[in-house]
Amino acid sequence: MSERLLEVEDLSVEFATEGGVIRAVEEVSFGIDRGATLGIVGESGCGKSVTSLALMGLLPRPAGRVVGGSVRFDGAELIGLDESRLRKLRGSEISMVFQEPLTALNPVYTIGRQIAEVARRHLGLSRSRARERAIEMLARVGIPLPDRRIDEYPHELSGGMRQRAMIAMALVCRPKLLIADEPTTALDVTTQAQVLEQIVTLQREFGTAVILITHDLGVVAETCRDALVMYCGEIVERAATEHLFNTPRHRYTQRLLEAMPRIRSRPLTSLPVIPGSVPEPDRLPSGCRFAPRCAHSGSRCELERPRLQRLEDSDVACFYPANVEADGAAT
Amino acid sequence: MSQPLLRVDRLSRHFRVRRQGGAGRQILRAVDEVSFSVERGRAFGLVGESGCGKSTLARALLRLIEPTSGRVWLSGEEITALDRRALKRARRRMQMIFQDPFASLSPRRTVAQIVREPMDAHHFGDRSERADRAARLLERVGLGAAALDRFPHEFSGGQRQRIGIARALALEPSLIVADEAVSALDVSVQSQVLNLLASLKQDPGVGLVFISHDLAVVQHICETVGVMYLGRLVETGPADRVLSAPAHPYTRALLDAVPIPEPGRPIGGRALAGEVPSPLNPPPGCPFHPRCPKALPICATRRPSTIELTEDSQAHRVDCHLHDPEIGA
Repeated sequence: MSERLLEVEDLSVEFATEGGVIRAVEEVSFGIDRGATLGIVGESGCGKSVTSLALMGLLPRPAGRVVGGSVRFDGAELIGLDESRLRKLRGSEISMVFQEPLTALNPVYTIGRQIAEVARRHLGLSRSRARERAIEMLARVGIPLPDRRIDEYPHELSGGMRQRAMIAMALVCRPKLLIADEPTTALDVTTQAQVLEQIVTLQREFGTAVILITHDLGVVAETCRDALVMYCGEIVERAATEHLFNTPRHRYTQRLLEAMPRIRSRPLTSLPVIPGSVPEPDRLPSGCRFAPRCAHSGSRCELERPRLQRLEDSDVACFYPANVEADGAAT
Repeated sequence: MSQPLLRVDRLSRHFRVRRQGGAGRQILRAVDEVSFSVERGRAFGLVGESGCGKSTLARALLRLIEPTSGRVWLSGEEITALDRRALKRARRRMQMIFQDPFASLSPRRTVAQIVREPMDAHHFGDRSERADRAARLLERVGLGAAALDRFPHEFSGGQRQRIGIARALALEPSLIVADEAVSALDVSVQSQVLNLLASLKQDPGVGLVFISHDLAVVQHICETVGVMYLGRLVETGPADRVLSAPAHPYTRALLDAVPIPEPGRPIGGRALAGEVPSPLNPPPGCPFHPRCPKALPICATRRPSTIELTEDSQAHRVDCHLHDPEIGA
């Protein structure tokens, strides 16, 4: 059994829109080992959620489709797999948690019934065994009085409790991979801390690999071993979290870290900014997509698209990367 | 010395709501006896988690919803005592900026019309003066006059928030209340808008009430911070003191829960236990005691009074028994 659980290679996704076809994800490559944690960071529209939906075969149809690349999960190719086999995989081996559990949970069934349903379908448990398993899972995700809460409907739970129930449902079959898309973004900061702690604890106990998609660099720093940064549909940097934060190589990563408000012992008088805004997906620059906002871009950046290249401990798509000591290069 | 720009004294807003699953009504204390003040050229940050009452408080300050009790003064004029006509006049001096710039900008009007709207409503100058001023305001927020004839949907989220700020500035308000004004923005544009909001304080007549759930954002903008829990201000003081040496255990917990972009910190052990209780049925004594890691027996029975931690003008106040010299450890 290989250590590699998921291998994504040159994955590209297109969307048909009123204004024509746009490329939402451009030749994205990454992988994750069994039991590992990977953060995908980026701002709205960078393609991070579309990437995860494409992995699961959940792109909205007919607008979105994978136009290239491969996704190998546990040795098997997922792109082009028929729907019935994908459905079997989802929930049992790969599962997903979304930002807003209210849209993912069915409002007319109790949470217990929904969790038990997954256990019955994928694990073939009897009704009573499935219910026991659901109660056990609710307890594992830190829901107090699980044997009573199991008979409540989603609207009767607080936002934090709903997200826990969602995680219980996602993990009831002990999947090999959990994809969590902004799982704590809608939660208050104290609840977020609880839920993140829970995800990390269960990830370790169950040996589940986790892909965490977020706009929050702080969340990635606290929960993920590896991280990648996306901008305008492309991966611009990929590294161990430690390296990404301590020696960011891509100018966008660097600026993003600087611009992020954080509690400082001495507050800055002015926050560093990234000038301009993210280009529209139908008006992407032909070279480096960050070049128009980058203080270090040269003529090459406007003409040529940088590819991910190894630079010490990181992979970075930049012609003039940061934190390079060499002759005359920038810092 | 001169009076503060805004003074709020024991402001409350209670709602009567139907008792859950039973007959009769009960009182929900969304905002309960909140007092603070804002100086000119300064920003007061209001932080707390969802449902703590911060947005209700913001609206009650401007009487967008009527307070149940308490008083509010703006530049010495008692807002809470004004009749409707006088209130409309006073509204010129108080403006609000909302979280979702798209929802608060009419999609069918051009940016010029949107920014002129409050000036039209308040008969501010003549037509050409209003048009000039709209153009100047857009320059001020960094959009440029080219934006005037375009529609809100043509702009990104950060630019739309700039339009909202230009509109809020149209009547030269002295008080600007920003409710989660940058929460919906991505990091790369959030910092631009934050710097813009911070620059508003350079006008010596202007003060800001800045509402946010994000402590780091508040620290960047505000000189003074108030922390709300279940409708009450549990700690108020200078931002640097409150955020570096919080006195209330709830403030401490909020700070500890913020994810920090420094890898390698072990996760766990920092999360505050439990959830915010229902404001319909707040715990007796200190409302935070069921979740408080430092609660004393008295916290379950007696509501803490407000303790002054400093004697200088930079008042640092906390509602916590731990700081009461007669009780505290």
